[in-house]
Amino acid sequence: MKRFLLIGAALVGLALPLSANAADKLLNASYDVARELFAAENEAFLKDHPGVTIDQSHGGTSKQARAIIEGLEADVVTFNQVTDIDFLVKNGFVAEGWQEKFPNNASPFYSFPSFLVRAGNPKNIKDWGDLARDDVKIVFPNPKTSGNARYTYLAAVAYAKEAFDNDEAKITEFVTKIFDNVPVFDTGGRAATTTFVEREIGDVIITFEAETKSIAKQYGEDKFEGVTPSVSLLAEFPVAIVDKVADARGSRDLAKAYLDFLYSPEGQKIAAEFGHRVHDETVAAEFKDRFPEIRLVDVDDVFGGWQKISEEHFSEGGKLDKIYGSR
Amino acid sequence: MAHPGAHHTKGRPPRVGDHPVFRRVLLAVVLFFVLLLIVAPLVVIAVEAFSRGVGYFAKTIGEPDTRHAILLTVLTALVAVPVNTAFGVAAAWAITKFDFTGKRLLTVIIELPFSVSPIVAGVAYLFVYGLQGLFGPALQSAEIKILFALPGIVLASMFVTAPFVARELIPLMQAQGRDLEEAATSLGASGWRTFFSVTLPNIKWALLYGVVLCNSRVMGEFGAVSVVSGNIRGQTNTLPLHIELLYHDYNATGAFAAASILALLAIVTLVAKVLLERQGAGRARRPATLAGLDAVPPETRP
Repeated sequence: MKRFLLIGAALVGLALPLSANAADKLLNASYDVARELFAAENEAFLKDHPGVTIDQSHGGTSKQARAIIEGLEADVVTFNQVTDIDFLVKNGFVAEGWQEKFPNNASPFYSFPSFLVRAGNPKNIKDWGDLARDDVKIVFPNPKTSGNARYTYLAAVAYAKEAFDNDEAKITEFVTKIFDNVPVFDTGGRAATTTFVEREIGDVIITFEAETKSIAKQYGEDKFEGVTPSVSLLAEFPVAIVDKVADARGSRDLAKAYLDFLYSPEGQKIAAEFGHRVHDETVAAEFKDRFPEIRLVDVDDVFGGWQKISEEHFSEGGKLDKIYGSR
Repeated sequence: MAHPGAHHTKGRPPRVGDHPVFRRVLLAVVLFFVLLLIVAPLVVIAVEAFSRGVGYFAKTIGEPDTRHAILLTVLTALVAVPVNTAFGVAAAWAITKFDFTGKRLLTVIIELPFSVSPIVAGVAYLFVYGLQGLFGPALQSAEIKILFALPGIVLASMFVTAPFVARELIPLMQAQGRDLEEAATSLGASGWRTFFSVTLPNIKWALLYGVVLCNSRVMGEFGAVSVVSGNIRGQTNTLPLHIELLYHDYNATGAFAAASILALLAIVTLVAKVLLERQGAGRARRPATLAGLDAVPPETRP
């Protein structure tokens, strides 16, 4: 038994020095499906920063934000939900005004809800309007549990606002029709993919454009094709330095260099290769063929910001509940 | 009670399940569900793991993050299993060989982790050791990391598997009674001597069985560990968490390759379980008779 106690003590000892030598070590807390993207980004960044290690933590970003305020010592966050960084602001881990500290609202790349249909597009789905047809079955996860699906819901509302000239009754009718066309609501994006790809349910899956590209790549480019709608909702992938952790560990300069790298031509190119749209004009031009033109509207312009969206749409008894509950 | 060897088909009232059609249907239903629920997924894991060839399988297993995940899982088991074994033996010993007030309560508390969802255990640890929790700020100022590091993972695994050893031992030790220990004590043996020379030899197979079960659960634990791990790959990502990560990355083959390691562990556990049962673990549950064969009620023999 003594030997086991020794091993235990040694292991605890191993775990302790994690917080030391912070200046040559970064922890990036990121969203769940970004592992390979950041593996590539980190490899490129480290070429110019010998002796540095970057650790990656991946999970749903609400869970990640929660872990950070409970003590996960992440120096930087690279999330796919603005609201989850706001949660860190509220708890004093990220300083106010983080969206001004890096270009483009602190979002080095972006995406939007887009469509993936079966090869040949047998149901001829071109735009949001087609989703309300009687003969179309749609797959996307439950917006009550999935951030990804919340974007889909908001994008559909944004389209309807334009199409029906802000007529509330018609917007609700349209979005309800879309929801009625969803045979099953999975809890997350990955499960929805399984429903669409492996159970072969539905004519179209709606998820971030970057995801549609990963799905086609994984399950066969000849089996699916991407359809870019006329308009969609800008989905930002916000980044921030976790000020409280970076200051405590003295890693601010390295953290800043790392996030800046994501904006560099090299960093942007890697993001584009993984299916994300980027702001860098040279890189965007280079990947023009892969990314069809689309008009994107943003959350602030259409809905007046996330705060208002939470109250109006996602609160208990809000607009989403009315549509979702009517099923 | 029918006499062993007596003709049991005569003079016995018919029972439910006697009818051959019923028996076959029942058997078919059970087989169908065993195939569907247990065999099919295991086969799929094996097939998918090697779907891109042995080379790709080896490459996935040899990837540093996967290797680290395996190592971390083994380390966790190396700490959690011995501690829980010691705890389980002590608890079973105390409960079965001594009388004290609160014994019932202790038994219930030991079994509590069985009825609590692992995710609840994980969240509870957040509330105790997290920065927003009870001891979090004090631990941080002392620069001791519990959560999002190995200690947290070990603690969460230990919570979930705490009852396994005690649960195996208690029924056996209860059935064995205290006579031998009391005899040893009256002959002047010390407590330790009594334990090592009398109790331990009597419970060794059940104990091993408990250890095997405990180990496989520690290595496979997902829910509780997922909350407290922080999911830092190459550092705090255990094998089950790593499988989920690969799966979310659309790296299905990698996920299945990593899963096959856990499946292999399950098979090893199964074999160990069968071997140990042959050695007599769990014998206390069967009626004690001289010949092992006669312990089977004669009615069930063909």
